[in-house]
Amino acid sequence: MAAGKNSESGGEKKGKKRKSRTPEGNHEPDGSGEQPGGTGEQQPAAAFPPAFSVSEIKNKQRRHFMFMKLKMEKRKEKLALKKKRKKEREALGDKAPPKAVPKTIENQRVYDETTVDPADEEVAYDAATDEFAPYFNRQTTPKILITTSDRPRGRSVRFTEQLSSIIPNSHVYYRRGLALKKIIPQCVARDFTDLIVINEDRKVPNGLVLSHLPDGPTAHFKMSNTRLRKEIKRKGKEPTEHKPEVILNNFTTRLGHSIGRMFASLYPHDPHFIGRQVATFHNQRDYIFFRYHRYIFKNEKKVGIQELGPRFTLKLRSLQKGTFDSKYGEYEWIHKRHQMDTNRRKFHL
Amino acid sequence: MAAPARNHVWVGTETGVLKGIDLVKKQASNYTEISSLDRSQEVNAMCFGDPQESEVLLGCRDGTVRVFNTEKSKFTELHECRGGEGVFRGLGVLDNALVTCVESGLLKVWKEGSNENLEVQVGPGVEKMRLCDAQRHKVGTGGKENQLKIWDLQRPEEPVFRAKNVRNDWLDLRVPEWIRDLGFIPESDKVVTCTSYHQVRIYDPCSPQRRPVLEVLFDEDPLTALSITPDGRSVVVGNSHGNMGVIDLRKGRLLCVLKGSAGSVRSIQCHSSMPVVASCGLDRFMRLHSLTDKKLLHKVYLKSRLNCLLLTSRDKWEEEELTPVMADEVKEEEEDEVWKKMETVADKSSSKKRKEAQKPDVVDATTRNTSKKKKKAV
Repeated sequence: MAAGKNSESGGEKKGKKRKSRTPEGNHEPDGSGEQPGGTGEQQPAAAFPPAFSVSEIKNKQRRHFMFMKLKMEKRKEKLALKKKRKKEREALGDKAPPKAVPKTIENQRVYDETTVDPADEEVAYDAATDEFAPYFNRQTTPKILITTSDRPRGRSVRFTEQLSSIIPNSHVYYRRGLALKKIIPQCVARDFTDLIVINEDRKVPNGLVLSHLPDGPTAHFKMSNTRLRKEIKRKGKEPTEHKPEVILNNFTTRLGHSIGRMFASLYPHDPHFIGRQVATFHNQRDYIFFRYHRYIFKNEKKVGIQELGPRFTLKLRSLQKGTFDSKYGEYEWIHKRHQMDTNRRKFHL
Repeated sequence: MAAPARNHVWVGTETGVLKGIDLVKKQASNYTEISSLDRSQEVNAMCFGDPQESEVLLGCRDGTVRVFNTEKSKFTELHECRGGEGVFRGLGVLDNALVTCVESGLLKVWKEGSNENLEVQVGPGVEKMRLCDAQRHKVGTGGKENQLKIWDLQRPEEPVFRAKNVRNDWLDLRVPEWIRDLGFIPESDKVVTCTSYHQVRIYDPCSPQRRPVLEVLFDEDPLTALSITPDGRSVVVGNSHGNMGVIDLRKGRLLCVLKGSAGSVRSIQCHSSMPVVASCGLDRFMRLHSLTDKKLLHKVYLKSRLNCLLLTSRDKWEEEELTPVMADEVKEEEEDEVWKKMETVADKSSSKKRKEAQKPDVVDATTRNTSKKKKKAV
């Protein structure tokens, strides 16, 4: 980068002081060689009349033409700069400075003070005694009931079937117009530990309610981009009945931690590694992506994966304390768009 | 930890931790050992032991009342206050006696050193019991299908005031009742309640009417907590979706909405003189809002779900750090002097002042113009 800077400064001063600058450039082998080229590129840009603006042209055709020309020029300049930088890097070889990390809204994320610190005793205690504690202490085994909204149509029905094929010990029941508040006591009596309800709108599944039993919490997700097994390209054969492994990615905040525990408690302990199946809940920018894969170790370095489906995306809408009670239940967290989504770099999970 | 804890906010959590927050130093500290935590110590009710706030009383889930001494910063006493079923719904102090009320409706006054405790049955399903700040022996109770009752603990046989349900609705069906919180309006006999059916109601025991004298609806979700502002003219209510609003008690208008909470509000308290209101809830944050400009002043992450909160009644938070127990008299004298020195201002002079205040602007503008001209000339 030092060479690049030199060439720019030389370009600004336009030749007059070039002589005085060159000795400095000579310290580096390529610096002096680059300089004339650098100034040559700078000159046309400087010769361009500064106050000229394409939008001032009255004739529409002409304006359009000029605008396209301007755009082309800019593009050419950009490409040239890119080429130049690449050349410089190649010339420097091993001494080239490391490439700058691109800025994304994830690595520019606003610090969240609720980020879970594994050494924090209080949070650890809170987590160790919450509603999922019986599962993590291996006192209960997951048993899941999957149902839909009333009168499900084709896609939702197939989706629930496929979902039950990838969650061990899950049972699909037809809703039969029953109220959730009436289903829950029956589920508790039959030792179900979780309840999944798929909602649909115009034959498209669009919502998922995940309720931990017997005493909550209940999470409500927006569901999108559901792909059934049939719609996935290059998919593998049907999943087997082995207990899959679970991967939970990027659930860092206190809220994300609770949600992660909720997903983890859907799958039984001690996965069957012989089945080579993985269920992944990947959180990125508050969207949770679900994928189901089969993997194979081809050799020491290479791993092959094969998607088995289905796949879907979830976004948390609310987390409610206790079992499903949308009217009189107390919410632990609700997504309030106008208050919370004021900063694109702020994430909640 | 031995130094006196002069915290501004005390918070009781679901995990049983007592937390103190110093808002000037911006520090939050735990006053319960993490190793001795137990879910059965969940704090359900809290109150100050005396007006000097040297003691904080915690009503725990296991039926004990723990006394925390803020001077010594440690737990000093533990009272067994079992009786009735359910968790504490209210806690208070009345002339060295503890007043507790549990969910099943047993209100008890525990006198120190005597076995004869006053017991009052206030009806099942109690959600809140609160002592009146002005007349300490006055107690209000209410809950699910349990209308507001005001009791005089000196004559506990019959409630002083028993509210009546509102009239049946247009289908001639009974209107359900579910009081979640209540508060006594200072300098009057009136009582404010908030319900799970998002109503805020004012009852006036002085009037012959036993039904509410004013009813306001706020939002669409169950109201969970309430606190009356120091001037007694408005009430701050919070609901289970984390919305907080300030409602005028005279006309029943919504004055403003306090934003920021993400989860259910469990407890709200206004400061006794300053226009600030503290709130806490299931989203694990303690928030302090200003009532004058509805801004969020402080937001503290406290790691556990928060059940109840106490805000100190001390004022002048910044100054007390420098002069902990300086006499207030000096200040008053100073103020008097200031007042004496001040000249009485007549209306005319004030109008003149206003004119004068306007003039400089004009001058400024002219100077600006001239300066511009100068620039142009240059």
